Amino acid sequence: MYSKKVKLRLLFIVVFLTLIVLTTFIVFKVLKDNVVYFKSPSEINLQMEISKKKIRVGGMVKKNSVKMNNNKIDFIITDFKNELYVTFSGTVPNLFEEEKGVVAEGFLNDKKFLIADKILAKHDENYMPPEVKKSLGE
Amino acid sequence: MIISQLGYYSLIFGLLTSILIFFNSSIQIKKNNSVISNKTTGLIGFQFFFVIISFISLIYSFIISDFSNETVYNNSHTTKPLFYKITGTWGNHEGSLLLWLLVLTGVLLGFIFKSKNEPNNYRQLTILFHQIIVIGFFVFILKTSNPFNEIFPVATEGLGLNPILQDPALGIHPPILYLGYVGTSIIFSAALASMICSHVNKSWAKEIKFWILFSWFFLTGGILLGSIWAYYELGWGGFWFWDPVENVSLMPWLSLTALLHCVVTLEKRELFKNWTIVLCIITFALSMAGTFLVRSGILNSVHTFANDPSRGIYILTFLLVLVLLSFVVFVIYENKNFVQKSEIFAWSKETSILINNWFILYFLSVVLIGTIYPIFLDVILDEQISVGPPFYNKLILPFLIPFVLFMSIGPSMKWIKTNIKIGVKSFFIIMVTLILSFVTIYYIGSKNIFLLLLFIGFFYLLLKSLDQLRQKTKNFAQIFSHTGFSLLLISILLNSFSSNEIIRNIQVGESFSLKNEKILFQKILVEKEKNYESIIGFFEILDEKNKIINLHPEIRIYNEPEMATSEASIKTSLFKDRFITINLIKDQNFFNVRYQHKPFMIWVWISTLIIMLGGLFAIFRKNKEVNI
Repeated sequence: MYSKKVKLRLLFIVVFLTLIVLTTFIVFKVLKDNVVYFKSPSEINLQMEISKKKIRVGGMVKKNSVKMNNNKIDFIITDFKNELYVTFSGTVPNLFEEEKGVVAEGFLNDKKFLIADKILAKHDENYMPPEVKKSLGE
Repeated sequence: MIISQLGYYSLIFGLLTSILIFFNSSIQIKKNNSVISNKTTGLIGFQFFFVIISFISLIYSFIISDFSNETVYNNSHTTKPLFYKITGTWGNHEGSLLLWLLVLTGVLLGFIFKSKNEPNNYRQLTILFHQIIVIGFFVFILKTSNPFNEIFPVATEGLGLNPILQDPALGIHPPILYLGYVGTSIIFSAALASMICSHVNKSWAKEIKFWILFSWFFLTGGILLGSIWAYYELGWGGFWFWDPVENVSLMPWLSLTALLHCVVTLEKRELFKNWTIVLCIITFALSMAGTFLVRSGILNSVHTFANDPSRGIYILTFLLVLVLLSFVVFVIYENKNFVQKSEIFAWSKETSILINNWFILYFLSVVLIGTIYPIFLDVILDEQISVGPPFYNKLILPFLIPFVLFMSIGPSMKWIKTNIKIGVKSFFIIMVTLILSFVTIYYIGSKNIFLLLLFIGFFYLLLKSLDQLRQKTKNFAQIFSHTGFSLLLISILLNSFSSNEIIRNIQVGESFSLKNEKILFQKILVEKEKNYESIIGFFEILDEKNKIINLHPEIRIYNEPEMATSEASIKTSLFKDRFITINLIKDQNFFNVRYQHKPFMIWVWISTLIIMLGGLFAIFRKNKEVNI
């Protein structure tokens, strides 16, 4: 039989490997639960069912679509093929403007309606988030 | 124009000097005649001098608004205040790389002077390895990001600096951060050199510890400055967003922290030799990877100024070459160094440092995965995702509890073997910890068990660290940084669990309330400044004691380039920050107002300063026998 020392070392290695496998598993599980996917209005339109997870939607703010009151801002995101109504209560970035690129993060109510809790539109005038550029098929 | 030319040729001369030093060092090593001559020192001095000349030329070109220089044209404007003309020098890709090179050559010079008592072949080899990095960056700058490119015809006006960067913090955040980032390069070169010379021993550990502390100190400072800047400039009221660009600075910080604990073990007990070397290599690789991620334009953030794939590819290739080189060196020379002399017992300082290292490495992996997974998915599957704060919170917070517990008991462990005694004093500390934690939980009105556990852990660490003050041999470095760290964790937790905010779209004259405070939007004022127009909102806040607080958030509309920024107005007190920002949407009558209570905000900054103070103590500690 193996000596005590070898047994101990073997045990150590087994425990160590199990720990590593377990942590990796947990890390990737948490990762999977917490990623936010980026979609364009057309991609959402093509989906069979709406996911309950948080998503990001990118496109242009449609002309004459912004409506504001004390508590919320409503607007439409368009990729010139499909449109998505967005309702949002929160801070808007400085560069939020009609006919400019925007990324809204939130939950879908149905295929045409997003309840956003964050709006991203940053950087200089010429800047357009790469995702938006892609979703507009530029 | 002539000055710009001078800068360019100075860079070329710098590169030639580097090649000269490289060959000179190789010959010396081959001849085994490894006395570092005045010639070598002189050459390294010249190399640094050339980079300084080139850096000053660039600053000068910015000051006189020399628009024949492409970098100046792209990033400056005549109406810009002088301060932003100067700081704008490193507020862009080309200039910031020149700053990187300046620090890179500077630390080598520092190393030469500091390491006079070390064996010459080790110093010579360090110079050799460092020159590989230096040459790599010289070529990178000259080939892909030359700050002295000329354009013709010469424009009369430049394009201006991104308004977000027109802030006093630009003067100090990048240089401090770079001292930390690039300081790790010398650790890398020295680690490879010491491996080859079988010089991984106590004296080397003492020597390299200075550079580890140096980088760690400045990296901490750089991250702190960046956080403060993001807090008041980006208008979200947060100081850490788990943004990839923040993550790439946190990763080398984590591995430096692991390294500085590990190197003490090497210094005192000559243990963990290979592990120390591996950490040295990892640290610099993470620094380089950070540069790659920020500079390649893969990440989009305020730090990405120009997107040029060729730059990214160059840095990535260079990084891979360096990692491969260090891997080869490691594999060849590993056995020579690996002599495990002494035994370690389960309860010892060595074990506790090893546990510290494993935890830090785990945190590091979490941040690494969260940062690169989206890039990976984008490249492989063409899917765009982002990883948010919940990912980090879920994976890091629970592990912080055992981490701080080990951190609390670690420092009172002895080298080799410790006999655990639980006395009356321990019970006293535990009692106080529990009382403090319950009071805090009651104060923020939470019934969360997990939160309670976190507070218990953090307060225990705080008390245990302060308890060290009663010992005869005080290790101020460790006491300060551990106390600071526990205060930081407590402040962050209090800050994130008892912040309040309200967001409203209102017109002038309207009011709203948050908790027991009434906020009145009195009026707006439009003022014209040199390079922007400012819309200032006047807000009057009536707090719970009916005291009036005035806040004046601004919207600035810059003219060059045309862009709006929000300037938050913050009223700081010892226990609470009041934070207000306004935004305007084109063609709408409403102002989008965000008002927040941010408790214990100032303590986040203060505690980080305390951590840094610990670093200072460690740097200036003279060869006294102190435990970590």
